[in-house]
Amino acid sequence: MNLMHSNRDFPANPLIGKAWFTTCAMASAALLSGCVTVNAPSKPIVIQLDINITQQVVYRLSADAGKTIDTNKDIF
Amino acid sequence: MAIRSSIVAGIVVFGAMSGLVAASAVAQTRDPAYAQARAAGKVGEEMSGYLAVVGTGTPALEKMVEDINIRRKAVYAERAQAQHATVEEYAFTMGCHLIANTAPGEKYQGPDGDWHTRDSSPPLRDSRCP
Repeated sequence: MNLMHSNRDFPANPLIGKAWFTTCAMASAALLSGCVTVNAPSKPIVIQLDINITQQVVYRLSADAGKTIDTNKDIF
Repeated sequence: MAIRSSIVAGIVVFGAMSGLVAASAVAQTRDPAYAQARAAGKVGEEMSGYLAVVGTGTPALEKMVEDINIRRKAVYAERAQAQHATVEEYAFTMGCHLIANTAPGEKYQGPDGDWHTRDSSPPLRDSRCP
């Protein structure tokens, strides 16, 4: 009686081996077809936005901001 | 004699003031490359108050945008200090105004973070904008 296990993982019978391979291939294809494709977003590269900026502050600075645009038109 | 010298002094002062007005008027127009990039939608106004390249740009375009943003940041820092606010707060407020001032066809960043093309209707802005 041969107590040593064979190095082959699959059954010796070639027909069963083929069925096993086909099952594995189909299972892999089923898993792979569930992949999600990711598209690159169209957003600008950097979004610098502080959520702690209050509306009160924005209103307070609004008048000065308008003047700054008028006096620096070349960069705005 | 005194009247004549005072008239001459007046003409000199007037001439100097005209020169000053002319010099400041030159700084009030956009660089032609910048104006062209804005009109073509190659650069856009971000909510943060800074300029950004829309899509893929050229090295020259990126350099131009970087130069403008450096100058904007300097102005924001100076004005923020005078107004006792953070640079980010001042820059965001400027962003509100700059997006409102965009001309039709120019690009701006909406509250959703995406680029929008300005048309004749008011732009989409953050709820904190005045």
